[in-house]
Parts: sequence; C-alpha cells; structure tokens
Amino acid sequence: MNAPYPADRFVDRLLAAGFDFFTGVPCSLVGSVIAELERRGLYFGELREDSALGVAAGAYLGGRLPAVIMQNSGLGVSLNALGSLHLLYRMPCLLLPTWRGYEGKDAPEHLVMGAVLPQLLDLFGIPHRAPAVDSLDADVEWAAAELRRTEKPVALIVRPGLFG
Amino acid sequence: MTLNEALAVMWPHLRDEVCVFANGYLSRAGCAMRDRDECFYMIGSMGLASSIGLGIALAQPRRRVLVLDGDGNVLMNAGALARIATAAPANLLHVCFDNGAHASTGAQRTISDRVRLEELARAAGYRWAGRVSGGEALGAAAPGFMRREGPAFLLVEIALGPPGPPGPRVPHEPQDMTARLRRVLTAAGG
Repeated sequence: MNAPYPADRFVDRLLAAGFDFFTGVPCSLVGSVIAELERRGLYFGELREDSALGVAAGAYLGGRLPAVIMQNSGLGVSLNALGSLHLLYRMPCLLLPTWRGYEGKDAPEHLVMGAVLPQLLDLFGIPHRAPAVDSLDADVEWAAAELRRTEKPVALIVRPGLFG
Repeated sequence: MTLNEALAVMWPHLRDEVCVFANGYLSRAGCAMRDRDECFYMIGSMGLASSIGLGIALAQPRRRVLVLDGDGNVLMNAGALARIATAAPANLLHVCFDNGAHASTGAQRTISDRVRLEELARAAGYRWAGRVSGGEALGAAAPGFMRREGPAFLLVEIALGPPGPPGPRVPHEPQDMTARLRRVLTAAGG
C-alpha cells in the first residue's frame, strides 16, 4: 500500500480547486484533514450531518463553495437534505464521506452502510469516485469541475488509509 | 393572532434582511405576503431553516439574516440552537412562530406547549431570547428585536388555523430561488 496522502497537501488542493467553506462531522478516517483545516481556522464543525449540509447550503447562497466532511453513517442522516435541498435547489457541494465498512471489514455498525455506499450515491444521482493516493489530485479536479458543471453535490469517498 | 396576521405585524419592520422561511405554511404565507429576491423559501428539508440561515450569516457577516421558523422545525433540529449560539453570529435573528402543531400535515400537536423554545435558545446561549403573545405585544417588540445584536430568538405565539393553507404554493422554481439570492448576495460584494 502507498504512503498516505498528506492532509496539508489535500487542503491545499481543495483551496486551489476553489473550495472555501468547510464543515462537517468527524470520522477517524479524516481526522488529519479536519485537524489541518482547524489549524488553518477554516473548519466549522457541525453537530449533525444534515445540519452541516444546511450550513453548506447557506454558505453557497452566500457565494461560497462548500465541502462537507462526514462518516458514511452520516450519509443516512443526510439523505433528505440532499434530496430536498441540494439536488432540488441545484446547490453544489463537495461531499467527503468516509467509507467505514469498506470490503466488509469493520465494526458491525458500519457493515450495512459500507456495503451499499456507492449504490446509495448512485440512487440519488450523486456522481462519485473513491480516490487512491495517486489519483486524488486528478479526482479533486474532476469533482470541482463536475459540481460546477452540474450544480449538484459530488462525492469523493475516503477509503481507509487514504489519509494518515 | 394567525400566522398571516403575525407576519403582517412584523413586515413593516423588515429592511434588507435576508429571510429564510421554514418549509410548510411559513414559506407559503411569507411568499404570498411580500416576495423579495432576498427571500429563500424552503419547500423541503424540514428542520434546516436555522442551519441555512447560519450558513448565510457566516458567509456574509455584513448582511442581516432573519430565520422565520416554526415550532415543529425548531424541535426537529433543536441542536441547531446550540450550534448557532456557540457560533454567535451577530447578524442572525431567529423568529419562531409557535402554533403548537404541524399545521401543514393536519395539525398534529408538537410538544411546544410543554417546552418553552425561547428558554432552550436562552440556555443554549443566544444573546437574547424572548416570547410575545398577541398582535399588540408583537408590534411593540418587533422594531427593537429587528435591531438586536444576534443571535437573538423571538418566539411568537400564534393561533392554529384558520383551516387550510395560508397562501398558495411558492410559485418559484427552487433553482431560481437559489440563483436570485446568490445574485443579490454576490453582487453586493458581501
């Protein structure tokens, strides 16, 4: 397995791609990314994933381009916000759901969501990729272009080990 | 005092605030009474009016933001009170029209007759929180409230009814509401 992608470089990439509002709810798989965002004073931590999406929607209305970090368990909490707010009102945002339950190897509470995560995003018509370390730069570019073009949320699924 | 009567009392005290209307009857009533480009009407995503307002307030700290919420919405996402209070945006005002029921789904009771929502807001840490009952009290409180430093929370007791929606469905396409508010907020240069 490759060395993890450095969190500070990832944040640099997100900023370079135009993302300028960061919110979410933590997951251990993105702990280093949240820590780096907090170190730069860029992170607005939320209490629930759908609230984070609400704040992201407001930020977009206010002229910002948001990214929302969450554990994939929180994607379940988020579905109504995605369906009746972002997708309905054409509000783009970068979703960064982690992939707990990846390949069925995780604590039991993550296995159901882990098994269906890509299909769930497909059902909602949300384009997604699950980057590898050596594809992440290109995948961030792709996501930024895709969400601007479609005015919809786009997801980069964070697999275990992507970030240190 | 009905919802429409309460809005009519408040409306003369609005200036250029960005207004976020919760889903259900609030959006219908607000849009029917006076529609402006600064208004954002939720037609879904129940519970998130306050979070959307918070996002606007954080992104646009020089704009005043008014969230027009209902008791069902506030109770559904009560954690937002805590997050708003701790983020403490001075430009965010939060009004809750409390009829004690989910009016648009058939008037099922909420629990706001037993939970004083303005006290939740105060306990969470809003700079100011209060309650008014009746048109006269609302008329007296509204001008001062609209000038308050946020986050401030005003609970307005309203009657349930009359039966039926307080206005037609919001006529705008959702994506058009997104575009027009973004135009207003980005053209003004923040």
